[in-house]
Amino acid sequence: MIPATFEYEKVTTVDEAIAALSNDDTKILAGGHSLIPAMKLRLNRPAKLVDIGGIRGLKDIKEEDGEIVIGAAASHADIMYHTLIRHHLPLFTEGAAMIGDMQVRNHGTIGGSLAHADPAADWPAMVLAAGAAIEVQGPNGRRRIPATEFFTGLFSTALEPNEIITAVRIPVPANGAKSTYQKFAQPASRFALAACAVMRFADGKTNIAFTGVGENAFRDTGAEQAITGKAIDENTINAAVNAALEGVTVMSDHYASEAYRKHLAKVYLKKALMMVK
Amino acid sequence: MSTRIHVTVNGVEYSHFVEPRLLLVNYLRDVLRLTGTHVGCDTSSCGACTIHVNGKATKCCTMLAVQADGCQITTIEGLSHNGELHPLQEGFNECHGLQCGFCTPGMIMTAADLLQHTPQPTEQDIRHALEGNFCRCTGYHNIVKSVQYAAKKISEAAVVH
Ligand SMILES: Cc1cc2nc3c(=O)[nH]c(=O)nc-3n(C[C@H](O)[C@H](O)[C@H](O)COP(=O)(O)OP(=O)(O)OC[C@H]3O[C@@H](n4cnc5c(N)ncnc54)[C@H](O)[C@@H]3O)c2cc1C
Repeated sequence: MIPATFEYEKVTTVDEAIAALSNDDTKILAGGHSLIPAMKLRLNRPAKLVDIGGIRGLKDIKEEDGEIVIGAAASHADIMYHTLIRHHLPLFTEGAAMIGDMQVRNHGTIGGSLAHADPAADWPAMVLAAGAAIEVQGPNGRRRIPATEFFTGLFSTALEPNEIITAVRIPVPANGAKSTYQKFAQPASRFALAACAVMRFADGKTNIAFTGVGENAFRDTGAEQAITGKAIDENTINAAVNAALEGVTVMSDHYASEAYRKHLAKVYLKKALMMVK
Repeated sequence: MSTRIHVTVNGVEYSHFVEPRLLLVNYLRDVLRLTGTHVGCDTSSCGACTIHVNGKATKCCTMLAVQADGCQITTIEGLSHNGELHPLQEGFNECHGLQCGFCTPGMIMTAADLLQHTPQPTEQDIRHALEGNFCRCTGYHNIVKSVQYAAKKISEAAVVH
């Protein structure tokens, strides 16, 4: 399978990338592990690709002003092997190891995954649970979009067509935070049939995010309220599990019916809460 | 419209004009005639096309040749040196790690990436690393043994030198 013809430009700065995006029908190429398969199937036929793989610094991972900053072009493997991440954000180390397979992790990027916003992708749940902000840049400069406002629907985000994601910024959790990512993977593709990311802070605040369940990844405020500030025990876990997914339209497809997926999501929430107990 | 690329494949430098839509696997197989890299599913699932790009295991059916400009590439053809098999190739031979052999180049290239990071992998590490490589003969047990053989051989050689 061969993609339709397109023009190709490799840029070396974010400004060049933004300038190139002013043309209609131009798409950013990062790791290519969502875009190229779609182009080979001719589901996607952009007239031009702008390769951001050569932008210096866009893969960097660092600590800055109390935040962990992950460059948009950092690969899943870059994040998984990074000691700063292992130290401050073990949620990302654990979750990155569950994305696809080794080869996919070597090329797929966090920025590409967030921009693509596959309803079953892993990063969206993790960035939501970690309370991250997505830093984007466009012709009018930079802005930060809280992860809770970023995912707007099926494959849809708050990103404007001429904006590029430059980084993900996560406040460094205070000592004593516990977290986990629990995923039921579709056995062939490894995408989540249902997955739950939980971050429990030392003060009892609890962030709970799901992916693979609805049209986009989301924070479950009902479940969060049932357990935030309370001891995690059988009663509060059950209360959170009962409160979860209230008002959420749960997806149904040939892998999992709505009822089965809802069941899985609740089981994986329960597992996650037991892990952060 | 063509774009010029420069790549180093198995230590040899090449430069060609390629169409942007040319997949790296087709560049290797059809332009350079390195047919050891196989096309299995052509949908980034099976791992038969795995090579190393700058040392990292890569499914090259999901990469454009233009993206490889300036990169160091190793294919299965570049793994043995001076006619001596790489420990992984020897391991697959010794432990019956292949049946039909179609998935073998990809299995070996993926395992080679694992051993760079994790020279003494557990069985679990090996199975996790090979998750993106399918063997339709289902010969997974012997594939795991072959990788264990290579890991042992490499670590013993490291002690001797
Ligand atoms: C076999 C296989 C298994 C997979 N399994 C999983 C899995 O289990 N879990 C999972 O989460 N994912 C999985 N993936 C998807 C993988 O993680 C993708 O790499 C990722 O979703 C997209 O990242 P990319 O860098 O490859 O983006 P690309 O494919 O390059 O781009 C994807 C989209 O994002 C846009 N884009 C890219 N970067 C930016 C940016 N910085 N700013 C704005 N827009 C941008 C592109 O224009 C394009 O529309 C799998 C993929 C494959 C091939």
